[in-house]
Amino acid sequence: MTIHSPTGRRRHVLDLDDFTLEEFEEVFSQAEAMAEILSRPIKQVPTLRGVTVVNAFYEPSTRTRISFEQAAKALSANVVNFTAQTSSVVKGESLVDTVRTLEALGCDIVVMRHSMSGAPYLVARYFHGPVLNAGDGQHAHPTQALLDLYTMRRHFGQISGLKVAIVGDILHSRVARSNLWGLSKLGARVALCGPPTLLGPAAYWEALFPGVQVTHRLTEALDGADVVMVLRLQRERQEAGLLPTLREYIRLYGLTMDRLALAAPHALVMHPGPMNEGVEIDPEVARCAQSVIEEQVTNGVAVRMALFYMLAGSRREA
Amino acid sequence: MEPAEVKRPIMSAEEMRRALMRLAHEVLERNAGAQGLALVGIRARGVPLAQRLSHIIAEIEGVEVPVGALDITLYRDDLSIRPDHPVIRRTEIPFPVDDLSIVLVDDVLYTGRTVRAALDALMDLGRPRRIQLAVLIDRGHRELPIRADFVGKNVPTARDEEVLVHLQETDGVDEVLIVRREA
Repeated sequence: MTIHSPTGRRRHVLDLDDFTLEEFEEVFSQAEAMAEILSRPIKQVPTLRGVTVVNAFYEPSTRTRISFEQAAKALSANVVNFTAQTSSVVKGESLVDTVRTLEALGCDIVVMRHSMSGAPYLVARYFHGPVLNAGDGQHAHPTQALLDLYTMRRHFGQISGLKVAIVGDILHSRVARSNLWGLSKLGARVALCGPPTLLGPAAYWEALFPGVQVTHRLTEALDGADVVMVLRLQRERQEAGLLPTLREYIRLYGLTMDRLALAAPHALVMHPGPMNEGVEIDPEVARCAQSVIEEQVTNGVAVRMALFYMLAGSRREA
Repeated sequence: MEPAEVKRPIMSAEEMRRALMRLAHEVLERNAGAQGLALVGIRARGVPLAQRLSHIIAEIEGVEVPVGALDITLYRDDLSIRPDHPVIRRTEIPFPVDDLSIVLVDDVLYTGRTVRAALDALMDLGRPRRIQLAVLIDRGHRELPIRADFVGKNVPTARDEEVLVHLQETDGVDEVLIVRREA
């Protein structure tokens, strides 16, 4: 499996650790052009006519799947959805067999969501066309991170020099991990914040992302932040014994208007969704003027269109 | 060894100015004035040409004709066979196209495939009353049943030649050249 074709064109989007500055710029500028299409009365162009995109979702997701579907359809691609519950996965078909079946059925691009970290990498090794990782286990969620970065760039013009606070269950978050690759490559200062059990050792993050700030205190992370990215708290973390009580988490790490005031006055509030309102984020914060949570969803379609367009170009070189 | 390039000028800055002046007059004559008219340039060089035509029309008629920019990349019919990967630029048409007489503007009319794509792109934006086509150079070799309504200059060319339109706005100079690469 190679990420880039022999001529340097990207073939797969599996994580952001292999993105160059030029590729980030290309995604952002092409997403800008795609956003214009989405603002038209007829939100469709014929670019990917005859191309079949498979949404292979082995883990439940509504918004990411719909976003990919909208993006593919806006480019006139055919979309096939399959989810683990309805496919033959339950009968014990292996991932590689499924890939071969999809190929035999004439699928051109695979979008994969899987609960196992690394599954899309396996698929990319066997599938003849482009593979887009729509979230794998606790590893990566590159399209979410790209839409987060695109949203920041639209508001601030550039990412370099921004202070971005990521708050919550960092250790188990593929969103945080992919954002970290992108944010550090693009020159942002990142502060990671969460309870020790959900943050992991500072040395681990510092080794991967030199210069990253790792703190258990929300006030330190929020201080002067330009962007506050709040992560979803999975309730099962408490059941797994990683949190004493939900109430304690809310008291120490829940983002309220009072706490948001510690960030820069122009700070953006982001959340990858779906939100637990009243847990990691106060409903008032989610709906305040600084919140760009709905804009993130809209931008997601434009960014995914840009990625489809970029990857579809690489199909012809294989 | 680099193949030798033979460049032959076919339009000077002065000739281009006169051609655009005549095109503007023809557009006004055919449309009985500038009412309900809009100019849409095809990216890249159709856009500055459309702006120039709009300026000339403003001088003649005293009416500002709106100008839009159309990017046709996503409508191309050769995307599935091109090895490269054209960059998309924004389509910016800051007015509703419904019921307008739209003049599409491009620098060179060749196979007609760009115009075909532009027509599709424009139709997706609404329902113009009519669409006309103005080009600075018509070099022949059509592959589709498309013709221009307004032509700056007809230039017979060979298929292996290239027509280069340079504009002040994009290239710092107004000129049109024919380039032939000797093997």
